[in-house]
Amino acid sequence: MSITPPFQPVVPKLKRYTMETLLSRGVRLDGRKLDEVRKIEIVPSYIERAEGSALVRLGQTVVLAGVKTDIVAPFPDTPNEGVLVVHAEFVPLASPTFEPGPPDENAIELARVIDRSLREIKAVALDQLVLEPGKHVWRLFVDIYVLNHDGNLFDASMLAAMASLLSARLPVAVKTEDGYRVDRGRFTRVVPVNRRVVTVTLAKIAGKLVVDPTYEEEQVADTRMVVAVSDDGRIAGIQKTGMGDLEYREVLSAVAIAVNKASIYHKALEDMVLPYRAKIEEELRTEKTEEAVGGVVELQPAPHREHEEPVEIAEVVDEEGQSGEEGSRE
Amino acid sequence: MGGGAGEKPVLIRWEERDGQKVAVRHDGRLAAQLRPIRMEVGVLSNADGSALVEYGGTRVLAAVYGPREAHPRHMALPDRAVIRCRYHMAPFSTAERKTPAPTRREVELSKVIREALEAVVLTELFPRTAIDVYMEVLQSDGGTRTAAITAASLALADAGIAMRDLVAGVAVGKVDGVLVLDIDEIEDNYAEADMPVAMAPNLGRVLLLQLNGVLAHDEFVQAMELARKGIQTIYKLQKEALRRKYVEVVQEGDEQ
Repeated sequence: MSITPPFQPVVPKLKRYTMETLLSRGVRLDGRKLDEVRKIEIVPSYIERAEGSALVRLGQTVVLAGVKTDIVAPFPDTPNEGVLVVHAEFVPLASPTFEPGPPDENAIELARVIDRSLREIKAVALDQLVLEPGKHVWRLFVDIYVLNHDGNLFDASMLAAMASLLSARLPVAVKTEDGYRVDRGRFTRVVPVNRRVVTVTLAKIAGKLVVDPTYEEEQVADTRMVVAVSDDGRIAGIQKTGMGDLEYREVLSAVAIAVNKASIYHKALEDMVLPYRAKIEEELRTEKTEEAVGGVVELQPAPHREHEEPVEIAEVVDEEGQSGEEGSRE
Repeated sequence: MGGGAGEKPVLIRWEERDGQKVAVRHDGRLAAQLRPIRMEVGVLSNADGSALVEYGGTRVLAAVYGPREAHPRHMALPDRAVIRCRYHMAPFSTAERKTPAPTRREVELSKVIREALEAVVLTELFPRTAIDVYMEVLQSDGGTRTAAITAASLALADAGIAMRDLVAGVAVGKVDGVLVLDIDEIEDNYAEADMPVAMAPNLGRVLLLQLNGVLAHDEFVQAMELARKGIQTIYKLQKEALRRKYVEVVQEGDEQ
């Protein structure tokens, strides 16, 4: 059941008057213009243990996302596709308003909006994550961890999710008697990505639309619009979130502004994540060539595997099937 | 979208009508045509307000309890009513049985529906109380959240709760490249986009807007226009449904 939130922010309400006066002059409380995005910083592969990860700072908002993988049976209706799972945690250290416990409706909504925005436009090439159709496919978990909440969690989380996927590598799948085992010590290829998607969030405050709202701005805002925009300028998802309403023409201008402003986030991904992706792709290519020159691929026990149950390695690494397919794709 | 299994059925046929090429949908509807819509207000005797709404095969029952004392007491707000909202699908409403436990989807939809209603209900008139809005999807054939919000606003009106406007919702989809109004389940399964919209029609305000899928910018603008027209029609039906109930009540009173 969804209940009107009891949290009544008093201080931002007092600031509302100041904010409105400033907005009418085209300035915001932090000095930004109405359509100005805060400083973006993306650190790819922040967590080395994860298959892919990224730390995103959007002003004072900090979000960390990690990609983990395993091998599962596909969904019956999509036997030729891998599985993508997006999950968000609003951890209590990120804000005085967050509490420990299972994800609340805000975290669920955020995860689902990001999931849809990635899924509908096929941002991840799930069809290239199949080991055996209908039997064994890769499952990608994108876990979003909000570390500091200063507004606009959607855009920061979407950037973190996208950046973590772009910096993710698939581990070696080892064929066993009854399926596959993941050898996390070694990697075969980067996670295949078709499209890059970002979201642009606008808040409506006193009839004005502002891009990339801070926490204070969100507290006094009437409502927010989250618009997902792909790297080819299409709209990949929309969510109106928060109480309050938008006039019909405000909806249209919000989407127009979002489509326009998305390039800032896309540029951040291009500048701060794509070079890293190119680098790991190059590394994987050289490693592979060395292995090919060495002839027989030997199974090296991967480091850091204290929690794993001993697995009988019945067969050799099924890299050939994998990398063979890959070659044709590249 | 949902990526239905098996062969994709023919969803759009192009026919010549009056010398023009017209897109005809799998159930014979035109692109901008709603399904048969039925609304009935005051269907439950225990609830303060209730409504049954059908969009074709989609059937949603909504009930409103309140304004009533908020339980637990600490949940009450000093300056307004709290709205408690539950969108829920019956286990037998779908092809595969749906678990009765609330899913992540239902949690999200309960939230966006509540937020839509917050914008029209005059909560400041009922401080320290709770208004409970329960929506049960009895049968699902696409567009359940928009039918649910249409039903919820009728139930609120039936409960006599002051509102700025009614709320009417409809989903627009893109099927085989064609923008269609009031998308149903088969269309949704293979659609390129599904966009539920709810508005306060008289105020011209958008209260709920989601887009699942991909649209070009100009397609989005067209889809919004299509939704707005559909919503105007649904709004008329809502007013008729309310009038139907209350006109009858007055007539019964006259006879006595």
